[in-house]
Amino acid sequence: MISVRWLHWADLVLPPLVALAVALVAGDLLILSYGQAPGSVWRLLLEGTWGNSYGIGQVLYKATTLTCTGLAVALPMRAGLFNIGAESQLAAGAFATALVASLLPTATPLLLAAPLCIAGAMVGGGLVGAVPGVLRARYGAHEVIVTIMLNFVVLALLNWLVSTYWHVPETLHTPTITSGQMPRLSQLFPQFHGSAANWSWLPVALTAGLVQWALQRSQAGFALRAVGFQPLAAENAGILVGRVWRQALTWGGALAGLGGINFVLGYKGYYEDGLAGGAGFLGIAVALVGRNHPLGVVAAALLFATLSQGGLAIHALVPKQMVEVLQAVVILAMAMAVPEVRRLLRTALTPRRRAP
Amino acid sequence: MTDSSATPAVRMTGIAKRFAAVQAVAQADLSVQPGEIHALCGENGAGKSTLMKILCGMNGCDDGRIEVHGQDVTGWSTARAIAAGVGMVHQHFMLVPTLTVAENVVLGREPLRHGLLDLEKAVADVEQLCKQTGLSVPARALVAELSVGQAQRVEILKVLHRGARVLLLDEPTAVLSPPEVVELWKVLRTLRGSGTTILLVTHKLDEVMELTDRITVMRQGRTVAVLQTPETTPEILAEAMVGREVDLRVQHAKRAGSRGDVVLQLRDLRVAGRRIAEAIRGISLDVRAGEILGIAGVEGNGQAELLEALTGLRPVLSGEISLNGKNINALTPRARGDAGLSHIPEDRHERGLILEFSVADNLVLGQQHHFGSKGLLDRRAIDAHAQAAIAAWDIRPPDPQAPVRTLSGGNQQKVVIAREMARDFSVLIAAQPTRGVDVGAIEFIHDRLRQARDAGKAVLLVSAELREILTLSDRIAVLYGGQLVAVLPRDACSEAILGGYMTGLGSTTEAA
Repeated sequence: MISVRWLHWADLVLPPLVALAVALVAGDLLILSYGQAPGSVWRLLLEGTWGNSYGIGQVLYKATTLTCTGLAVALPMRAGLFNIGAESQLAAGAFATALVASLLPTATPLLLAAPLCIAGAMVGGGLVGAVPGVLRARYGAHEVIVTIMLNFVVLALLNWLVSTYWHVPETLHTPTITSGQMPRLSQLFPQFHGSAANWSWLPVALTAGLVQWALQRSQAGFALRAVGFQPLAAENAGILVGRVWRQALTWGGALAGLGGINFVLGYKGYYEDGLAGGAGFLGIAVALVGRNHPLGVVAAALLFATLSQGGLAIHALVPKQMVEVLQAVVILAMAMAVPEVRRLLRTALTPRRRAP
Repeated sequence: MTDSSATPAVRMTGIAKRFAAVQAVAQADLSVQPGEIHALCGENGAGKSTLMKILCGMNGCDDGRIEVHGQDVTGWSTARAIAAGVGMVHQHFMLVPTLTVAENVVLGREPLRHGLLDLEKAVADVEQLCKQTGLSVPARALVAELSVGQAQRVEILKVLHRGARVLLLDEPTAVLSPPEVVELWKVLRTLRGSGTTILLVTHKLDEVMELTDRITVMRQGRTVAVLQTPETTPEILAEAMVGREVDLRVQHAKRAGSRGDVVLQLRDLRVAGRRIAEAIRGISLDVRAGEILGIAGVEGNGQAELLEALTGLRPVLSGEISLNGKNINALTPRARGDAGLSHIPEDRHERGLILEFSVADNLVLGQQHHFGSKGLLDRRAIDAHAQAAIAAWDIRPPDPQAPVRTLSGGNQQKVVIAREMARDFSVLIAAQPTRGVDVGAIEFIHDRLRQARDAGKAVLLVSAELREILTLSDRIAVLYGGQLVAVLPRDACSEAILGGYMTGLGSTTEAA
């Protein structure tokens, strides 16, 4: 007898693998349609990403942001809420961290500056996340509508703030920060030279682990999962459902905001209009492929970062837009793979006998 | 198996069906003659519902053969089942509340004129069908305005309108008041008279004995007996269902100790309703330690709102709820639980359990803050708690990590009750504690409720089953139209007396 726990894991892990396989086949067909050999294109893609330290650094940099936005979608999803606002929450976090960094005295020790800037990023994103949380809990306003609309409001607000009050002339970015910079990885490992990889990945990875741990091991996580599965039963058990909704969306926003440190503290050293660049929306796909599981989100973020960076590497042979098609195929295949895998698991476990 | 030479209306042989790790049905046989009322009985988890779903095409089967009127239809779809005249009346109504009765009945098979819906013809059709079958429902009324009994009649009409000759009814009386049940029996007998075959899924023995011609009994996914109703007794039937002897007498065990202090006190309680302005219209009641107080009443007379107000899910308009002499009006559900109020909710799937959670997690649901410190969960304590509860309540399978969804209804209910009785409580509110639970588990649960009473706890029992109220209660209050129309000692009660109060016919006597 196959145990229930084994089934649970198979149900969690198999669909993304199936979706990836489907995407590979679709990619093969696309490559063939361009008259190229799939094998050589895939090899190029891997060589351009995991094949050299610059590629690895770039993947790591992109995956760091995507992990944050993926978590920002996944955590509220575990409470039954759909956060589509990671894009503006990420931008708000980045703006807030730049603000905190610029307020600190020049050359504040990193051990002091980094936690403050990180906290600033999370507060900035959390504030934007709290709005749909409060509106949902108090007035029943649907978080999907609110988060989508808030994206426009917040991005426009930040654009206005930067362009009106706080920018380097002739640009749409703020002055470069003088404290709180995350060191580049290349300072310690010179082979990463030229890549955007920086130490932001460390707090982000720790956060992903912490979220996973909190979901499973804390009373708040217990309550959050209960609300996500069955709000009525949770309410009956004395869990304040509205409060859990508020917390889940606020923390979701904070997680997206955390992603802001990667660009601001780790890469450019300033807030720039449009820095989110779709990473917030891609977070939805990352959460989907990662099955709303924090560690799954990390893996999915690495996958999407690989595709994104790999697109540049294969540009010589096929258009780099091919990877965007592949990302879309992965998402579509996931939507189908989840129920399909579940059905197949069920059938495979049903012993068949011949009719008498 | 039967003496009849006619081709059976339904014949299922050697049916097997497995869901993941659970063998729901194994080697089940069922044979129903045309024009009979046939009951399919069994404990919860015996596989009755699965067998029904296989018959009406909602589930496939892994093994076996299904014949309807002599034709092999194994593995058919719901659409084909409907076309062949097999119709299912579901336990949970599938009606569109904002449409009229006639519109609901013809939905999917609307009469057309010039390509448009011919509403007049629909109404005429439905009225004609009502006349033929004796099912009386106002064809032009909105479904939202109907009583539960009327809504069920619409469900039956819907199935008949599609030309069903084999009618499957899944627990049809679960939501009906006693007069509505009588009405339903009349309808089913009329339908039988006109040649319709009726297959009834139920675990209520008195219904089976009263109404049916033959009975198929299932146990653990197998057919264990086929009985001719006139030749059987409830005892034989119960034994076949449970697999051992069961005591069925309405037996009212007197409480061991004497009544203690008032622990739950309601004073002029008024509560808003889900749809109406005031569902509870001024209730005063004292529940004492060491007694079981039963609240009888037809569903929809304010029970749901009363329960929600007591447990803190619904604010009160005015009045007072006190627990152990302390006003708890303003306390949250969790604070009430900690203050000594335990609660078995009436709908375990919706309110009582998180189906995706494990047995262990469900056993601490609502008390998770007592299992761990500093906001964390103590997994070891939770697991130990689960092991103890599983042993004490004989929860099967005995795996703390099994998702509660995979348990049978009776075992799920045991998880709920075990959780609520494991905490330190002075009042237990038990709402429909044995709904959808098999005969064996009912006995077990009743015993535990009596034990709690004997241990000096106060039990407030809210049940739609008069039999259960009479079996367990020391005092009985009748809720009608949001008011307590009677509070009587058990010895002064009978089904007839309570029935009168429940339907608003009895004289209003105040005896608190």
